[in-house]
Amino acid sequence: MMPVVPVTHTPTRKDEVKRLVSLTWTLALTDWKLRFYGSVLGLAWTLVRPFALFGVVYVVFTQIAGLDENVPNYGIYILFALVLFNFFSEMTGTAVQALVSRESLLRKMQFNPVVIPLSVSVTALLNLGMTLIAVFIFAISTGVQPTWSWLELPVIVALLFLFGTGIGMLLSVLYVRFRDVEPIWDVITQILFYGSAVLYVAVSTVPASFRQGFLCNPLAALFTQMRHAVVDPGAPTITQAFNRPQYALIPLGIILGTFALGVWFFLRESPRVAENL
Amino acid sequence: MTALVQSPADARAARLDTAPPAVVVDHVFKTFRLPHVQYSTLKERLLHPLRSTTYDELKALKDVDLTIRQGEFFGIVGRNGSGKSTLLKCLAGIYRPEFGTVAVNGRLSPFIELGVGFNPDLTARDNVVINGVMMGLTRKQAIRSFDEVIAFAELEEFVDLKLKNYSSGMTVRLGFATAIQMNADVLLVDEVLAVGDAAFQQKCFEEFNRLKAAGKTVIFVTHDMHQTERYCDRAMLIERGDVLTIGEPHAVARAYNELNFGRLVTDGAETGRYGDQRACEITDAWFEDAEGARIGEIAQYERLTMCARIRFHLVVEDPVVGFSVRNDVGHTVFITTTEWAQATTGRCEIGQELIARITVDAVMSPTKYDLTPSVARQGGADVLDVREDLASVYVHGTRVTGGLIDLPHTFTLEHGP
Repeated sequence: MMPVVPVTHTPTRKDEVKRLVSLTWTLALTDWKLRFYGSVLGLAWTLVRPFALFGVVYVVFTQIAGLDENVPNYGIYILFALVLFNFFSEMTGTAVQALVSRESLLRKMQFNPVVIPLSVSVTALLNLGMTLIAVFIFAISTGVQPTWSWLELPVIVALLFLFGTGIGMLLSVLYVRFRDVEPIWDVITQILFYGSAVLYVAVSTVPASFRQGFLCNPLAALFTQMRHAVVDPGAPTITQAFNRPQYALIPLGIILGTFALGVWFFLRESPRVAENL
Repeated sequence: MTALVQSPADARAARLDTAPPAVVVDHVFKTFRLPHVQYSTLKERLLHPLRSTTYDELKALKDVDLTIRQGEFFGIVGRNGSGKSTLLKCLAGIYRPEFGTVAVNGRLSPFIELGVGFNPDLTARDNVVINGVMMGLTRKQAIRSFDEVIAFAELEEFVDLKLKNYSSGMTVRLGFATAIQMNADVLLVDEVLAVGDAAFQQKCFEEFNRLKAAGKTVIFVTHDMHQTERYCDRAMLIERGDVLTIGEPHAVARAYNELNFGRLVTDGAETGRYGDQRACEITDAWFEDAEGARIGEIAQYERLTMCARIRFHLVVEDPVVGFSVRNDVGHTVFITTTEWAQATTGRCEIGQELIARITVDAVMSPTKYDLTPSVARQGGADVLDVREDLASVYVHGTRVTGGLIDLPHTFTLEHGP
């Protein structure tokens, strides 16, 4: 008689985390590749599209609209802000339907659903990376001087990533129950676009009377810091933009709080997501 | 001596009794809430804040208690909507049971509702890699396993085709190949054989045998009772969330047929009889020898005739008459129907009797054989009357070889130089 060998495979926590990371990366990468499937230029579109957009923005805002002469590299600021805002809106906008559109996977395979909103954010991050290459080429060619403070950009992107992922997790779970999350979020994204100092500079354009409240918006705060770090070292940092430096903890708190809330809510709701889809 | 005559099936059963459990389902309940009106927008919810509280409860699983041993081939049968897929999803960890626990010893590979969650916009290559990673392989392992998956599915020409352009059979093949190549300890298979073509079905059977030999646990959902009897060590019948029987596949298959066809046989009728018998009934069955005399025993290799008499109470157009012969240990050794033999039974009038006969050479090995005659409507699905083991015959011969049948044969022997 053949002895039956007992099965000893029980995944450890480390294995689970490895699987989570590996799965997130695989899903993000295939989604990213899928975007270029069947197009002639393929990957080149990630560069061509931003370049075309920048050309328009640059011409309109520096030659036609006649922006504030006192703001150095105004066009470049708008480009960076636009790119970062697109990153945010792509993360959140795609996350809304992410769970529902992955229905077949959720109903047939056992895995932690958290990889779905995470992979959406990672795909957006890959796009941002490609676009930033174009933006930096453009920035240097128009006379922006590289400085050490450019290294602050990864921190800004990381905070934006946390903020967007937290919101994405909230939205994706809510959308399973309430389908009108999608149009509502569309409207909010529009409001945020005009309310987050993408096309203007917060510290000089926004009236001082409500500038403090305005900067509590995490997007406006991050863009303000980005302007100092990347576009114009002479511009105020976020701590200088607030009346008191410690006020800068408010947008930071909102970012971390949103992320924590998103993760908590997602983990609470996600075990039942497969049957509610 | 006793050890020698123990059949492989018995040895296997004995081994399974002592094997460690692969899957333990402990008093599992699962209920779905079905709201009477689905409120899926905020506006509706705000307008009717109180109304959304009414819902029906669908008890998909009621107190399912089950232990499946390592190396066991376990069948789950049940009618549509009986809770099979819900149970499978609970086993796979996709649904959480309301009460009770599910414990799986080892890695589990699910193949549920004819699929493993493929994305139609991706190519076969990408889908297989994603699935491998989901199953716990690393990306490298998943990419390496890809060639084997494609070879098993025989889809080499379609590797870079998007799945939405695959036929349903091709998708199922790819899904099944993916599930099987993950080399999991427990394989969940949901009705895979329903879609593939004959060649692929054959391949699946071979793969099942290989898995069985390798000591893997297979949990298999099907509507095909022949497959259940042929492959499963044990089976379970589930109906409206209740486990009706767990046990020997033949008994479960019989219970399943009773559930499907025997709705009118339930009160007081004899066991082993199915069909509603309103249109016709089998009144008699017997064996005859070459002279046409009724017999209870016959010498091996003689001409043997099997007969059944059917009386019609309603007009039946071209009914299908079938014979099935089982040996003393319950193995079916021979089945035929008029449909397979392309024999036309014609129109049968009210009050008419039909006697069906088939003649064979009695090549079966010496033992007792039981004859089960059956009548069904044209097409064979609508059973009119089945009477299990209605007649029996002893085949006697000079020697018991251990084979099911003793084919006439000649030896050719050649000595080498």
